[in-house]
Amino acid sequence: MRSLNFGDFVFLVTAARWTILLSLSAFLGGGLIGILIALLRVSSSGAARWFAIAYIQIFQGTPLLLQLFLVFFGTDMLGMPLSPWVAATLGLSLNAGAFLGEIWRGSIQSVPKAQSEAAMALGLHYLPRMRLVVLPQALRIATAPTVGFLVNLVKSTSLAAIIGFVELTRAAQLLNNATFRPFTIFFSVAILYFMLCWPLTIASRRLERRMAAAYQR
Amino acid sequence: MDYTFHFIDVWRARDELLWGAALTVRLSVISMVLSLAIAVAGALARTSGPVWLRGLVAAYVEFVRNTPFLVQVFVIFFGLPAFGIRLEANTGALIAMVLNGSAYTIEIVRAGIEAVDRGQVEAATALGLHRLQAFRHIVLPQALRAVFAPLGSQFILLMLNSSIVSVISADELTAAAQDIQSRTFRSFEVYIVVIAMYFVLSLGFSGVFAGLNRLFFPKLEGR
Repeated sequence: MRSLNFGDFVFLVTAARWTILLSLSAFLGGGLIGILIALLRVSSSGAARWFAIAYIQIFQGTPLLLQLFLVFFGTDMLGMPLSPWVAATLGLSLNAGAFLGEIWRGSIQSVPKAQSEAAMALGLHYLPRMRLVVLPQALRIATAPTVGFLVNLVKSTSLAAIIGFVELTRAAQLLNNATFRPFTIFFSVAILYFMLCWPLTIASRRLERRMAAAYQR
Repeated sequence: MDYTFHFIDVWRARDELLWGAALTVRLSVISMVLSLAIAVAGALARTSGPVWLRGLVAAYVEFVRNTPFLVQVFVIFFGLPAFGIRLEANTGALIAMVLNGSAYTIEIVRAGIEAVDRGQVEAATALGLHRLQAFRHIVLPQALRAVFAPLGSQFILLMLNSSIVSVISADELTAAAQDIQSRTFRSFEVYIVVIAMYFVLSLGFSGVFAGLNRLFFPKLEGR
């Protein structure tokens, strides 16, 4: 057993970069899946809508921790073992895809129907209609809740510690094993997470207020 | 892919899994009830308490909502013994669940309280009700009616989050799954069954919440 020193706090702060990196890659992966799910969810095909609804229901209705276990242990059992980093990115992306898909479906559907009817009347097909008319408007509505979801995503990355990926929380566990100062270490880590998440929370709140003001006219 | 599934080990452990699910339900329901009770007090303090108390509640809500539940569990279970507070795993889990759940619930209940028309309180005071009476009989029922749906979703999230307390070996469904998994090495089979069980639990809870909503807040006449 040794005592905590300044270097240990530097160790924690640098471990936070893995939390940030994991959040970003899961946001990228989840964003791609989310766009797909949102488009399927508002498509005219019944089967596509059904699939998107089932996807959202399953990922929102089960614990993220078990989804990560299933990806991590499941792929191992099926003979294609993934590193904790890949498994965590994949698991978090699949999960984020469901939440972002649902947020973005709401945003797409809150664009007035007349907009896409007008685009149709002008002869725009599905893709240009979505890309040029509906999505740019939906994007403005989606910004605040998407930033809000990012807070959840950053917090969720802590679960990667349980499957052994060394990010902020796992680094804290390792440091605690060496020094046994659990309160100081875990409380410092909580403050580091807070410093990552709080600015996003504030930004999301500001964006929401601005949107509310814009729609009040 | 030459893996053969063996669900027989999971089937043999069915009693353990069902018991785990029952414990998850119990832990979740107790946490929900306590969170709601704290949230009503907290939201009242946040909306009409003295300034220092408002600030304190706001700080608590912000801190809990912007840090991961897993880290909160670690601070409570591993950190508190440094101050001589040694908790048994199940107690630590319950405290973490309630502290986490109430922070989110305070925000929801507060939004409900703020949505109640001011005229309602004015009418209640005009009829001679005290401030606390007006809150209890006029504001709170309308606030809860307004936010019942988001409250239900938040409680389902709380139930799903309870899987995280398995890291301190509190008794619930995920911990039961890990026990069975370490005995049988059938991790994939165990986790897929347990995921399905959680899914059924969340459907069950949302059914119960819909029922409670109809029971407590029947549709108002003339609206």
